[in-house]
Amino acid sequence: MHTDWTRRQVLAGLGALAAAPAWAQSADPTGGDPLGSMQWPVLQKKHIGAAPWQFSDGIAVKGPEFAEDAMNVPIFVDARALARSAGPIALIRLVADRNPIQHILDFEPLACWPVLAFRFRMEQGSPVRALVRTRDGRWYVGQTWVNAAGGGCTVPGLTRADGSWSRTLGQVQGRVFRNVIEGGTRLRLRVMHPMDTGLVAGIPAFHLEQLVLRDARDQTLWRLNLHEPVSENPLLTLELGDTVHGPWQLTGRDNNGNRIDAQVSA
Amino acid sequence: MTARPMRWAGVWLLLGWSATVWAVDAARLDYQLQARQIAPGTWVIEGAVDDFSRANGCNIINTGFVSTAAGTLVLNTGPSRLYGAQQRAALSRVVEQPVRRVVNLNLHPDYFLGNQAWGDVPTAALPGSRVGMQAEGKAYEDNLYRLCGDWMRGTEFRPAREDVQPMRFDWGGHALEWVRLQGHTSDDLVLIDHTTGVLFAGGLVFADRVPTLPHAHLPQWLASLHEIRQWILQGRVKTVVPSHGPVHTGTHGVDQTLDWLQWLHERLQTSAAQGLDISEVLRLPIPERFVRWAALRPEYVRNVTTLYPRYEIEQFPLQTAPAVTGQ
Repeated sequence: MHTDWTRRQVLAGLGALAAAPAWAQSADPTGGDPLGSMQWPVLQKKHIGAAPWQFSDGIAVKGPEFAEDAMNVPIFVDARALARSAGPIALIRLVADRNPIQHILDFEPLACWPVLAFRFRMEQGSPVRALVRTRDGRWYVGQTWVNAAGGGCTVPGLTRADGSWSRTLGQVQGRVFRNVIEGGTRLRLRVMHPMDTGLVAGIPAFHLEQLVLRDARDQTLWRLNLHEPVSENPLLTLELGDTVHGPWQLTGRDNNGNRIDAQVSA
Repeated sequence: MTARPMRWAGVWLLLGWSATVWAVDAARLDYQLQARQIAPGTWVIEGAVDDFSRANGCNIINTGFVSTAAGTLVLNTGPSRLYGAQQRAALSRVVEQPVRRVVNLNLHPDYFLGNQAWGDVPTAALPGSRVGMQAEGKAYEDNLYRLCGDWMRGTEFRPAREDVQPMRFDWGGHALEWVRLQGHTSDDLVLIDHTTGVLFAGGLVFADRVPTLPHAHLPQWLASLHEIRQWILQGRVKTVVPSHGPVHTGTHGVDQTLDWLQWLHERLQTSAAQGLDISEVLRLPIPERFVRWAALRPEYVRNVTTLYPRYEIEQFPLQTAPAVTGQ
């Protein structure tokens, strides 16, 4: 636990012994963050608190080096390696340190693989992190850095700008693909919603809050709690696993009480 | 139309292959622009075969001019006010005929952000390009200031003020023709000089560099390239001046651009049919034959980011479930 942090503290201590300047004796202001972000200690305190945690290579967080489209920054998270080494995963929380709304979404892979691809809006270049909690209550953190010219959170989406969102609100499209990842069953879903961040003048926050997928035996496969930064008309990619029982039922709601209820078949 | 021997262009082209692009002087914000004659009355000012960067002053475009007794016709004005001013100076070092008209071949920033330096001369473009310049100019400015820094100092976008109509006309003994094609943008202007066989191909042809596609429509673009290819095979066009990449003879640039666009289309279609997410497509390997092209990684990422969402959405069945509103 705190492996990297501890090593940095030791290094700082050694520096002090070698008559280092005064600043080297203070704690690392990034809390040992490999990406050197000053926001990390605050995020860690807010989301993880006093629970045990560590940075982990078992979580792959992949984003573009540069976000060509700040309204749709693609992120791919894969925590299967962590699940193999540290046990079943209860929660994958996505945050972006430098976004005005840092918390992007919570993903609970209840009975599916801990793999998720989605797109979100970035206001400026930032670390993007997956804070992953295993069922035994420990946290593991994976991250990547995405550069961006920015402005994604404070610009209205396309369907909001042209007014077409109201005709498609809540529509669901889905399709299943086999063996994209060896042995897996991939579900790609698009839910039509403007996902207004509330940061554009005159347009209050209006976004999907929750999506839940159940299989034909009424088992809940995953739950997603979505926050404002998730892109307009979210396109979500999930891995349902190797033994699947479709068709599936997608239910959910937005923050105005509109319900989502759609069947998805293979 | 005066029939000049076509060999002339060939000689200049051979010299051109060995010509290097002059390095910019960043400390003095000097693009070191040098006009190079490629045919009678025809010059180009070549940009770096690269992506926008401060190191090259964001000068990655080929501009040109045709100068005859009728005056000088300027094609494209570069990425900044500074470029436009230095282009003017470079031009005046080699030709004396006054500039009668400045034409921007499409709406992209390095085709017209130098217009500011040509305020006293008519500036023109296709009507659709002019509308696009007005709509996108501010965003272009912001983006290039971010990418190029001081090189953009004092640059404010000035859309072309007049329309260009597709037509054939005489320019001091050169039989010139404006042709409107489509696909790289919705209005791609090209200039054919039937006298010298030089084609200013605008954004439709790239050479040794990955094409940019922010406004691309692939089927139209492919059709336009096949048309240009016919002009070359018929001998109407000998020398191609792409907007990005070296000036060359024959179908080299057209074939490269066709190859990239067809390969990209197949990759995106196959990937979408397999269910890949855009994050995965961005990480697929790129075939060996493209590896030496300039701007490969950044343009591949841009190409995929722009185009892939359309291919993804096509994979979804049309059936949709409407929302049940239950407040």
